[in-house]
Amino acid sequence: MSVTVSIPTILRTHTGGEKRVSASGDTLQAIIADLEANYSGITERIVDGDKLHRFVNIYVNDEDVRFSGGLETAISDGDSVTILPAVAGG
Amino acid sequence: MARYDSLLQALGNTPLVGLQRLSPRWDDGEDGPHVRLWAKLEDRNPTGSIKDRPALRMIEQAERDGLVKPGDTLLEPTSGNTGISLAMAALLKGYRMICVMPENTSIERRQLLELYGAKIIYSPAEGGSNTAVATAKDLAAEHPEWVMLYQYGNPANAAAHYEGTGPEVLADLPEITHFVGGLGTTGTLMGVGRFLRERAPGVQIVAAEPRYGEGVYALRNIDEGFVPELYDPDMLTSRYSVGSFEAVKRTRELVEVEGIFAGISTGAILHAALGMATKAVKAGERADIAFTVCDAGWKYLSTGAYAGSLDDAEDALEGQLWA
Repeated sequence: MSVTVSIPTILRTHTGGEKRVSASGDTLQAIIADLEANYSGITERIVDGDKLHRFVNIYVNDEDVRFSGGLETAISDGDSVTILPAVAGG
Repeated sequence: MARYDSLLQALGNTPLVGLQRLSPRWDDGEDGPHVRLWAKLEDRNPTGSIKDRPALRMIEQAERDGLVKPGDTLLEPTSGNTGISLAMAALLKGYRMICVMPENTSIERRQLLELYGAKIIYSPAEGGSNTAVATAKDLAAEHPEWVMLYQYGNPANAAAHYEGTGPEVLADLPEITHFVGGLGTTGTLMGVGRFLRERAPGVQIVAAEPRYGEGVYALRNIDEGFVPELYDPDMLTSRYSVGSFEAVKRTRELVEVEGIFAGISTGAILHAALGMATKAVKAGERADIAFTVCDAGWKYLSTGAYAGSLDDAEDALEGQLWA
């Protein structure tokens, strides 16, 4: 499965400034592993132990993965994956 | 009964209005059971937004707890509506009001705050409300005599919705299957969510959070991120991120098809609500989906969201805090 991953400004030091990169995998975990293979060091900014970092949100097709399976969330061809830091509203 | 001794008492009991045209299937039929959308018109509150509920509830709690007395100064980080609500209540109750607000908010919000007598301290656009929260916390530490009600962590914020919004929704829609609200301080969804989960088994609580332009997410490091202290993810069934293009598209549909002139955050919420409706139709299940109209569109006319093409509106909103 190949998908496009949107990278927030804060993590673009790992992707050479690229806003969107391609990654492969059939789960979110596999996608992150594939990102790590190409952009070393990015995993530890996103994942804390076996969970997402508290201040990182990841959305697959705009749905927060914490409510759709976490790192085990299934990924299909053409899905969009968006990584964002957690910010305040209100 | 529609007579009140004060504007403050005219809070709540807002209408719940059916969207007969935007709902995918208003009536039960051979194709399947009804899938209906219901809009809770929170713009009918005293200053025109849902934030009147938590603002008044937080002030009254602070008064009961002996934390404030007339003449005191209130301080609050806000992107607008909570500040406007607090400023109105402060005006009527005799408090001074200082709002810390990101500089990338609409001119109408600033003008309203000043009309209500609030002082505005601007925080930088970068980092959005995160920076406003951090600035307000610094100011509170420097001025221990000021009272920060702090909407992101004040249980009275969620309590306003547990005691007000939630019971009103359930009384008007006992058959509710979904509640969809905006996620900012998380107060609406925590309060309504807890109330409905206790009384409407199986109800789905769905969050729609705004996805802004890049500047708002321009933190220096991940540890500058922010999750409101009130937030309990167990209250939610699902959470969607909605960008400005979809939010504006739905905001316009709401006024063009149903005649409801709402603010842009309502468009984001409607987008998530329609997503739930589509899922229900596909599954052949009945759905009665209530969602909040957080405010009307008046405060956002200057943003460019209501005229021209959707692409132009999306460009105009880039960098602005529209929810």
